Amino acid sequence: MESAIAVEDAPLALGGLQLRSRLLLGTGGFPSMEVMADAIAASGTELVTVALRRVGSDARSARAGSLVQTLAAAGVAVLPNTAGCYTARDAVLTAQLAREAFETDLVKLEVIGDDDTLLPDAPELLRAAEQLVDDGFTVLPYTTDDPVLARRLVEVGCAAVMPAGSPIGSGMGIRNPYNLALVREAVTVPLVLDAGVGTASDAALAMELGCDAVMAASAIARAADPVRMARAMSAAVEAGRLARAAGRIPRRLYARASTPNEGLPELT
Amino acid sequence: MILVNGEHSELAPGATVQAVVARLGIEPEARGIAVAVDGEVVPRAAWGTFALSDEARVEVLTAMQGG
Repeated sequence: MESAIAVEDAPLALGGLQLRSRLLLGTGGFPSMEVMADAIAASGTELVTVALRRVGSDARSARAGSLVQTLAAAGVAVLPNTAGCYTARDAVLTAQLAREAFETDLVKLEVIGDDDTLLPDAPELLRAAEQLVDDGFTVLPYTTDDPVLARRLVEVGCAAVMPAGSPIGSGMGIRNPYNLALVREAVTVPLVLDAGVGTASDAALAMELGCDAVMAASAIARAADPVRMARAMSAAVEAGRLARAAGRIPRRLYARASTPNEGLPELT
Repeated sequence: MILVNGEHSELAPGATVQAVVARLGIEPEARGIAVAVDGEVVPRAAWGTFALSDEARVEVLTAMQGG
């Protein structure tokens, strides 16, 4: 019990941040700014993602100024993403603009390769990561659950790796838990499950498999009750981390009695 | 013709980035705003002095809710 508490209390270091909560939140997809703020509070998160878009591009941008204010009032740090970028060049420029807008060196690097799956374009991702690391960024790349690519991203200087459990927004959970376990073996930097979370058990499984944190966006924002789901995710992340530290029992094909046979009476 | 966020602007060549930002109704000290001209970041400190060419493509960006 003593050591489990000690592990739970260790903050997660991401760049210059020391995070006590191991749940990261996406800010997209909420029905309103008020629900988003309530979900942030219920989740206990200290780091949330935001995107960068044209001023006046649509009705939502009228609320853009208040987004920055709302997040500041919530006391959370901002992690800009490069969502919507399909080339290393666009992603690098977007990250540089985000650094200018939000005064942070952190970037959640997304270089998308495919409209239908939104899975990363590995060569472009690696190229962008290398350039951004050289430019002084703390790079947190959204990647696949490929342990080799994860290692390559760390080799070019990424501060963490953020593999998808399944496609963004799919809610399909962790389709290949064995690969996620291999990624855990492959890297020592923080490992953050980034996409595919559908419900709380997915977040708990990610932590049980050795992730250092879980990123949830659609799973919370598009739940029927986002605030309640935010609380559920927070509890799941904590439970999963405790279970990982506690050390689960091995899986066995046959039963193993938990009640001893000694002293069993002869009744017939 | 100067393009601001993909739309033609009535600003004349030589106008500054600061003028573009002001026309969008953004306060000079507003947080969460970044500007690129022709694919390069223009730091906030340079908004007042960066003069736009006739063919300048200006992107004025801000925070949007996103995963």
